[in-house]
Amino acid sequence: MSERTFDVVGTRPVRHDGVDKVTGRAAYGADANWPGMLHGALLRSPHAHARIVSIDTSAAEAMPGVKAVLVGAELPDTNASISLGEAAIELRDMSHSMLARTKVVYHGQAVAAVAATTLDIAKEAASKIVVTYDVLRPVLTVDEALAPGAPILHDDLVTKGAAIGPKTNTNLAARYEFKRGDLDAGFDAADVVVEREFRTPTVHQGYIEPHACIARCGEDGRAVVWATTQGPFVVRDASAAIAGLDPAHVKVVPSEIGGGFGGKIVVYLEPIALALSRKAHRPVKMVMTRDEVFRATGPTSGTKTHVKIGAKRDGTIVAAKVSLWYEAGAFRGSPVGAGAMCALAPYRIPNFFIEAHDVVVNKPKVAAYRAPGSPMAMFAVESVVDELARELKMDPIDLRLKNAVDEGDQAAYGPKFGPIGLKTLLRAAKTHPHWSAPLGPNQGRGFALGFWFNGGMNSAATVTLGADGSAAVVTGNPDIGGTRAAQAMMVAEELGIDVDRVRPSVGDTDTAGYTDVTGGSRVCFATGMAVINAAAEVREELKRRAAKIWNVSPDAVAWEKGRVIPPTGAKETKSGADAQPMSVAQVAAKMTHTGGPIVGRASLYAPMAGPGFGGHICDVEVDPETGRSRIVRYTALQDVGKAVHPSYVEGQMQGGAAQGIGWALNEEYVYNRDGVMENAGFLDYRMPVASDLPFIDTVIIEVANPLHPYGVRGVGEVPIVPPLGAVANAMRSATGVRFTQLPMSPPRVLEHIAAREAVAVGA
Amino acid sequence: MAIVHLPSGLAQFTGGVESVAIDAPRIADMLAELRRRFPQLADQLDDIAVAVDGDIYADPGYQPLRADSDVHLVPRIAGG
Amino acid sequence: MKLHIETTINGEPTEFLCDGHETLLSALRNGLGLTGTKEGCATGDCGACSVLLDGRLVPACLVLAPEAQGRSVTTIEGLATGDALHPIQRVFLEDAALQCGICTPGFIIAAKALLDANPNPTEEQARFWLAGNLCRCTGYDKIIRAVLDAAAVMNEGAAV
Repeated sequence: MSERTFDVVGTRPVRHDGVDKVTGRAAYGADANWPGMLHGALLRSPHAHARIVSIDTSAAEAMPGVKAVLVGAELPDTNASISLGEAAIELRDMSHSMLARTKVVYHGQAVAAVAATTLDIAKEAASKIVVTYDVLRPVLTVDEALAPGAPILHDDLVTKGAAIGPKTNTNLAARYEFKRGDLDAGFDAADVVVEREFRTPTVHQGYIEPHACIARCGEDGRAVVWATTQGPFVVRDASAAIAGLDPAHVKVVPSEIGGGFGGKIVVYLEPIALALSRKAHRPVKMVMTRDEVFRATGPTSGTKTHVKIGAKRDGTIVAAKVSLWYEAGAFRGSPVGAGAMCALAPYRIPNFFIEAHDVVVNKPKVAAYRAPGSPMAMFAVESVVDELARELKMDPIDLRLKNAVDEGDQAAYGPKFGPIGLKTLLRAAKTHPHWSAPLGPNQGRGFALGFWFNGGMNSAATVTLGADGSAAVVTGNPDIGGTRAAQAMMVAEELGIDVDRVRPSVGDTDTAGYTDVTGGSRVCFATGMAVINAAAEVREELKRRAAKIWNVSPDAVAWEKGRVIPPTGAKETKSGADAQPMSVAQVAAKMTHTGGPIVGRASLYAPMAGPGFGGHICDVEVDPETGRSRIVRYTALQDVGKAVHPSYVEGQMQGGAAQGIGWALNEEYVYNRDGVMENAGFLDYRMPVASDLPFIDTVIIEVANPLHPYGVRGVGEVPIVPPLGAVANAMRSATGVRFTQLPMSPPRVLEHIAAREAVAVGA
Repeated sequence: MAIVHLPSGLAQFTGGVESVAIDAPRIADMLAELRRRFPQLADQLDDIAVAVDGDIYADPGYQPLRADSDVHLVPRIAGG
Repeated sequence: MKLHIETTINGEPTEFLCDGHETLLSALRNGLGLTGTKEGCATGDCGACSVLLDGRLVPACLVLAPEAQGRSVTTIEGLATGDALHPIQRVFLEDAALQCGICTPGFIIAAKALLDANPNPTEEQARFWLAGNLCRCTGYDKIIRAVLDAAAVMNEGAAV
């Protein structure tokens, strides 16, 4: 692809929505209040696994101020499945998960809902609802769920894919398998083999803004929903189906969104708010508490993985076996398939066997979390590769370079790679000053890779020109990380106008063309392409208008950086002088006289076609007395294809790194034997704070993605993948201990250091 | 003929066959042909993504196949 | 019966009704329409509800609304003066120190409290002062840079 030079892309304008955000004016989900609004509250199950014997709502219904009470039996049952963007989700599971029918399958699952004039009344009324349960034993780990005689969560669950063992009366929801070559021969030919088992805990996306919505269902069945969401069209389609409304009569207006990371692709409240509103004939506002967010929204899977890799003395990897078991939570659908596909993605390996298991357990149904499935699998593989490097006495980056995939290589998951930046990245990491900087006492350094496919799918965009030559661009993608700024920049680039004179906005499900979710690292790539195409349509129309003004053929009009250029010989109509180039504004001013308003629109379905690699270098210092680890230096490298707004690209890399560091060092759901989460708050669910981290250096690598006019690859998800392995490898270097269980929190570190010292003393 | 590769996990529904040569103009035709040749595979294809010459379609439909396309079936992946 | 509270918010004499158990956060957001202060956890752990109470940095979710009686409250809505953003607000924008923006009002208030108390903090001092404000999007890098840049800008202004 030829090197295109850009005027706007690659610069760092201040984001258009910025002033509203620094002044507190920007309206997030809970910031709206509608006239006549009621408040909704949920009664949640105190048991992790139980049959619902009876629900008596009479005391709640009798309370003054209570306007509607809802139980699951009142919602329609649906076998439909909607495309949640990139994966099909069983609507029935989503519906049952958000409001139980005959069984509860995780602690905190909602069993009834109340709408009342104040939140206090709603909560009190909910507490007066009497539910009798027949309590069952919960299963809380993949081992418990798959053990013979384990309590079965769903009688009708049938294992998808290739099952080993019975496909019914099981908690094994799915099994996938990938293989290549001859595994046994491969291991026979290996000079060195490393094998380890790993465990990672349930962790939450940790978005600071809890789920919130207001729903208003009118007497005619037409409804409006205001919600914080990554996918307004998902909210519309899923809420309508679950609440029993016609989606043709439902409009969803997305608020600003306070973080999502995949956790706001699913709906939890909106269908309930709609159903309550329909009963109460008033709008209903529902906002989750932080406690509810932890207990009853989808975190990502806890996992068990088993990795065995064999290499020759010269570092060539000849065989790999990866076995994954991921907790799906109470309903099927963990990201284990993606984990299986990412695990070996960076490597050319002639013989491998990957098996992946999706297992239901009595925990909340998992939801997507930034590169879903990849971090856990790559943590395991990158740890083993690091051990291999040690055994081979090879530099860990050199070992990876020796086996790295490149353009034309077949990915472990099947298709061949197009142009990718993995080798470029590895070479950049190797020569980065961080890699050779000296280390201090109790410090260690680790490196690890990450991979994500990066999404495509449905996007639509409209670009409308004003008579003053300014432009408005509308898409249906809520802006989580700065995509409005990037879209404005694209329009400015394509039309040659000032980025400040482009107004980017997020439409609702009526004003924006159908668009898949903000997620999957697809907005800048796929929606961006739609924006570029829509702007290009405006540009073509401007040339046609100029042609009318100059009375020439449209093919004769040229375009140059925001101006239409007349062909030689063209004359001004009034004066008869030679025609002069016109700016966008000048042509736009005449739109009424040349054919009417100028609107460009585009829609597309893009394949997943811009896979991304990241590699992180981490220095950690471990206090041997307290077991506390401190990240002392961190560098994130990533191939992003083309950085439209480098500040927000850097931001994605830094934010993903921080989440991965938290996952590696401190974050975990702590469950008691009854399946109740014991640390459902930000104090004890310990995410990184400012004093935990250093500045996070970023290196943006740009190996253009040929499918995108600017070369853009998705950037948002990859950066959460490398940190788990990078931190674990740094801990190995600092302590001599290969941690195979996350998080590497102080008690665990102390326990392992003490054990290692006991062994050393004993020997 | 496009060559369609199945992940090894689906081989149990095709009697062990992991690669199939199919002459089809579009993904939908290719999937229909797979269902015809391997009836037991049909249910497993409801939730599949299709990669054509490296590009993964999470919603496989009427996208065109070339005569020499390299096609892989992969599990549907969700982003976050 | 509700309590009648008279207070000063962002320099304006303000009165509101509240229940005895209601938090200042709830009173600001619901009664007074000041939704710039956010609720992230309601247990004082995330800092999204940071406000200044008589100039002191507090989480509004841990202050009872009646405690505002006779005192002065500063929220994010009170930082800009007329057309001029506060330097901290301006620098946050220029340094791209926000992504989703939900934590931003809390950080700006907390940063103001920091720079009021210590106009020239080191990176470490800034990190520890702001350890009570959670951000899940940025990894704190650009936020800390913005706070240190804002300090430099404000000191420059003060020096002149």
